[in-house]
Amino acid sequence: MATYHLQTPFSEQDMRQLKIGDIVFFDGTLFGIRDLTQIYIFDQNHEPPVSLAGFPIIHTAPSLRKVGDKWEKICVGTTTSTRMDRFTPPLIEKYGVRAVIGKGGQYQQSLDAMQKFGGVYLAIVGGAASLETELIEEVEEVFWEHLHPEALYKFRVKDFGPLTVAMDSHGGHRYFEVKAEAERRLPEIYQKLGVA
Amino acid sequence: MVDFDYNIVEEAAKQTYIKALTDLPPDVRQALHRAYERESQPAAKEIFQAMFKAIEIADNKKTLVCQDTGLPIYIMKVGGDFPWNGAEIKKRLVEGASRATLEFPFRGSSTHILTRINPQNSVGHGLPVIYWDFVEGSDTLEMLMIPKGSGSENMSTMKMFIPADGKAALKKFVLDAYIASGSNPCPPGIIGVGIGGTADLVMRLAKEAIARPVGQRSEDPEIAEMEVELEEAINATGIGPMGLGGDISTLAVHIEWAYTHITQNPVAVNTQCWPARRARATIHPDGKVEYGF
Repeated sequence: MATYHLQTPFSEQDMRQLKIGDIVFFDGTLFGIRDLTQIYIFDQNHEPPVSLAGFPIIHTAPSLRKVGDKWEKICVGTTTSTRMDRFTPPLIEKYGVRAVIGKGGQYQQSLDAMQKFGGVYLAIVGGAASLETELIEEVEEVFWEHLHPEALYKFRVKDFGPLTVAMDSHGGHRYFEVKAEAERRLPEIYQKLGVA
Repeated sequence: MVDFDYNIVEEAAKQTYIKALTDLPPDVRQALHRAYERESQPAAKEIFQAMFKAIEIADNKKTLVCQDTGLPIYIMKVGGDFPWNGAEIKKRLVEGASRATLEFPFRGSSTHILTRINPQNSVGHGLPVIYWDFVEGSDTLEMLMIPKGSGSENMSTMKMFIPADGKAALKKFVLDAYIASGSNPCPPGIIGVGIGGTADLVMRLAKEAIARPVGQRSEDPEIAEMEVELEEAINATGIGPMGLGGDISTLAVHIEWAYTHITQNPVAVNTQCWPARRARATIHPDGKVEYGF
């Protein structure tokens, strides 16, 4: 396990060096998206008004308030990524997204896109929204405000992490690996539990 | 009865919701620290450290630990000598949960089942969930508040086994349910297990199991032994914190049980996430309120 401190935008090389189980912290720009944001982009054909190339996106659960023209954070957490699997390959291929941050992981098609184009899935600690909110320095911009709380958010973050590399660009998938290991151990566990 | 001020109940319903979301119980904090000490994998330890930081920030800033404010559950224990009007208490629980949401303010998570419209007050038809029980020889009203987040609640499962399946089937069901839930319920949390009763009671028992302080063993020695066995089995899977691998996959397994029908053997699993949130208020007939966990 290695620990990396990165700066956005990420290069392909930044991503290729990461292996599952590594820990990442980063500074810079992070885009928040969610189910509806991606339905709006991919199913309803709206071009993002800002370039996502080289940046990480997060499956965000944002509680924000607008004071005058400025958006302020109240509590920003992370939502489950498995629901949004089908959007990840085009985010990576068409828009150049380098890292997907969320919880719960994604599936084979996302893993394949990460391997092909040089991307990763970074798992955040779910339930730790107070920490995540603290690491967001500013909500710089909210695009497509009418979609809030499922708009496109531009956050400026500092020391954002710890994030665990859970899917890498070499075909590594931490959740699959953990599950396979649990299944390998299962006969012995059943036996000890007297249920074999 | 006429003298009791029901505003006190409303205020307690509001305060316990806020306290549960912002201030984790001491037993949960201690259990997480013990888990950190026992964990051998560096990446898993890093995850625990992030959890500790989140708890500390919530303490210092009086803010929510997790953004999922959940569905409000109130487990009420009414003393036989408490001067109570149940209908009025129920009304005040609804009002208190709603006021907590609007006045803190935090995100309401309740929504209509068909329109999916969120009233942003955490309540609505059929909510909050309220359980009533009655305690002889007590003159207090005890309110245990649990905000139940969806990541863990969505992993709930139950099955009506038959007597021929035996005790082994129950244990296997709990272990398999845990493995199937993977990283979704934000492990390591509390695995609540209900055994016995009817289909509805067994899930309620599982819910009461997650409401116990972490690691408080069942009073029944045989059930307590089953709790330990299941805890060891779950931790042996290596699923670990946030399902990313590690030695600690659960903080505790709690089992609540009831007698069941001679032809039945029901079991239910209700999981609680690592920020196992709960808050308690004890209301006395003179209006004094003590807050705790």
